[in-house]
Amino acid sequence: MLKINNLHASIDEKSILKGLNLEVKAGEVHAIMGPNGAGKSTLANIIAGKEDYEVTDGIIELNGEDISELAPEERAHNGVFLSFQYPVEIPGVSVTNFIKTAINETRKAKGLEDMPAKDMLKMIREKSELLEIDRKFLSRSLNEGFSGGEKKRNEIFQMAMLEPKLAILDETDSGLDIDALRIVANGVNKLKSKDNAVIVITHYQRLLDYIIPDFVHVLYDGKIVKSGDASLALELEAKGYDWIKQELV
Amino acid sequence: MKYTEEDLEQELKTKEYEYGFYTEIESETFAKGLNEDVVRAISLKKNEPKWMTDWRIEAFRVWEKMTEPDWANVNYEKPKFQDIAYYSAPKKKPKLNSLDEVDPELLDTFKRLGISLDEQKKLANVAVDIVMDSVSVATTFKKTLGEKGIIFMPISEAIQEHPELVRKYLGTVVPTTDNFYAALNSAVFSDGSFCYIPKGVRCPMELSTYFRINEGGTGQFERTLVVADKGSYVSYLEGCTAPSRDENQLHAAVVELIAMDDAEIKYSTVQNWYPGDKNGKGGVYNFVTKRGLCETNAKISWTQVETGSAITWKYPSCILKGNNSVGEFYSIAVTNHFQQADTGTKMIHLGKNTRSTIISKGISAGHSQNSYRGLVQINSRAENARNFSQCDSLLMGNACGAHTFPYIEVKNKSAQIEHEATTSKIGEEQLFYCNQRGIDTEKAIALIVNGFSKEVLNKLPMEFAVEAQKLLEISLEGSVG
Ligand SMILES: Nc1ncnc2c1ncn2[C@@H]1O[C@H](COP(=O)(O)OP(=O)(O)OP(=O)(O)O)[C@@H](O)[C@H]1O
Ligand SMILES: [Mg+2]
Repeated sequence: MLKINNLHASIDEKSILKGLNLEVKAGEVHAIMGPNGAGKSTLANIIAGKEDYEVTDGIIELNGEDISELAPEERAHNGVFLSFQYPVEIPGVSVTNFIKTAINETRKAKGLEDMPAKDMLKMIREKSELLEIDRKFLSRSLNEGFSGGEKKRNEIFQMAMLEPKLAILDETDSGLDIDALRIVANGVNKLKSKDNAVIVITHYQRLLDYIIPDFVHVLYDGKIVKSGDASLALELEAKGYDWIKQELV
Repeated sequence: MKYTEEDLEQELKTKEYEYGFYTEIESETFAKGLNEDVVRAISLKKNEPKWMTDWRIEAFRVWEKMTEPDWANVNYEKPKFQDIAYYSAPKKKPKLNSLDEVDPELLDTFKRLGISLDEQKKLANVAVDIVMDSVSVATTFKKTLGEKGIIFMPISEAIQEHPELVRKYLGTVVPTTDNFYAALNSAVFSDGSFCYIPKGVRCPMELSTYFRINEGGTGQFERTLVVADKGSYVSYLEGCTAPSRDENQLHAAVVELIAMDDAEIKYSTVQNWYPGDKNGKGGVYNFVTKRGLCETNAKISWTQVETGSAITWKYPSCILKGNNSVGEFYSIAVTNHFQQADTGTKMIHLGKNTRSTIISKGISAGHSQNSYRGLVQINSRAENARNFSQCDSLLMGNACGAHTFPYIEVKNKSAQIEHEATTSKIGEEQLFYCNQRGIDTEKAIALIVNGFSKEVLNKLPMEFAVEAQKLLEISLEGSVG
């Protein structure tokens, strides 16, 4: 599904990703861990097509196609979804209106008609139940005045609505209380299938107790320096990153 | 593809005026220039009674001695008042019984504007009195209104048919001496609308007027007078678009509202005069005086969506004369390219327990300048007056400006006044967030702008809100990619 080869990227002349390789196949869950400032969000943003970064080398392929020339919305239309580490506020635009627009714009790009209001409503009902979201919440302005946890839950709600092929969850667990973490993780698990893939960026094992990764990668100084199975996350939790840094020298 | 603030600005610059075409309808236009004879000729042309002619002449004499105000935050070359033709009427003036009799050219114009009368009629509940180049050419739904005793007609007709009403109220809210443009309008107003709602009558439909400027080089001087008698209610819609013109066109309208005891008037405007091209050439100068008078327990709401004009100078105001009267002002003003808008309101609290609300949303793009100017005045007699004002500005790009000039004068200690102001920018992060969800930048801007304007859009009648939303999109859209 996703194939990243020798990715180099910088911002304002500052090099951040330095030869990153990653391959994610349909049906897989990958966890990316790594110290603060390692470049995890940068990677997520670059996959999603954020234009602030300059990709100086390497390729990103989605389903065998180079996506470097695609605008962020086109990548979204191709099934890329990013749950933001810091979701932005859009005053006056309700969650419902926003998601409706997002779905219909994506459909339009595929040459489809708007989703009938009836179907939309049904879907909203289902997905909000899945994530235990109060319907009143959906009429509020997007992320405006939302608590940290509400923002994250809302991101996953949008993911549920958009049914992406490749979902990247950037620290979706941070800010969630214990119950919310379970609800959101269960939601993600329910949405998982053999046709889609999830990349989970996290600092903590607790999310991975629920969303069991097939692979765990350590991103350090702009590269994936170590990969393993779910047990690697436990090891990191116990030992921190120092031993990996030492392995590198 | 990298999309920066600069690209965004670039795009905004390339938006062309959608309704920029010119309808060729034979017109009869006076020679340019203004003097007492021209004023008399206008009056004569319209077959007006002597009191009306005298009223115009008096206004003209006042105007002659006045100078154009320059306190507003706008810069422009002053119109050459002797270079304007003060009267223009389509030559064909058939008495119309049905739409079939309307000039096909005209119908075509309406179609291009998306307001075909046929459609309008079907859409129901909207009576349309269309003012085209100063003379009304079609009036519909008159009968339904007539049954309720509601008068809704061109003011020129009202002067003939209801002289006692017009004479009693004309100029009572905006006197001829009020300001330079109001005086000019009083002297030369060509046409406009008159509306009277009898005691206790609730007007069953939205009253609607479309204004258009058509003949190149003719100024348009609309005069609107709405009188809501005791306990009545009316919702009035005013909307306009204008064809592209190279020369600046002057538009100096006067709107007077009178809400008697327990009456309510809702006055909504969607203004889309030609704003000039992307270099700031051409465009309509819009100098409007709008004011309403509230008697006891009366309420007046002004709602406006201003997207057009090169220069806008407009302050719909409320004189809260009666106790417990309420004044409201909800405004969205969009400026792009080199447009300049200086708009706001005046809430004059005279009566006890009077309340006013001001919600102003300014959106600036390109090199435009967008100013809010508002006065809240609480007079000594106005016990327990309350005002709430909120002025929000949204900026796109770095070359535009947003300004807020709130004036507050309080002469009664019991007054409660609240003022809030915010300024924000459409951020890269917001756009990327939308893009990531599959929403392209153009649509994202529309979404963000509509969200920003929501409180005001919600105040518009349904059918108008949709149109207004479209207009906001058109005003700010570019061709992405
Ligand atoms: N817009 C920017 N301008 C300058 N530096 C940036 C910018 N964005 C990211 N960086 C830098 O790039 C590096 C990687 O940042 P990134 O956000 O990808 O880290 P991260 O791995 O997600 O960290 P965290 O775990 O704290 O979320 C950091 O040193 C950061 O300061
Ligand atoms: Mg991060």
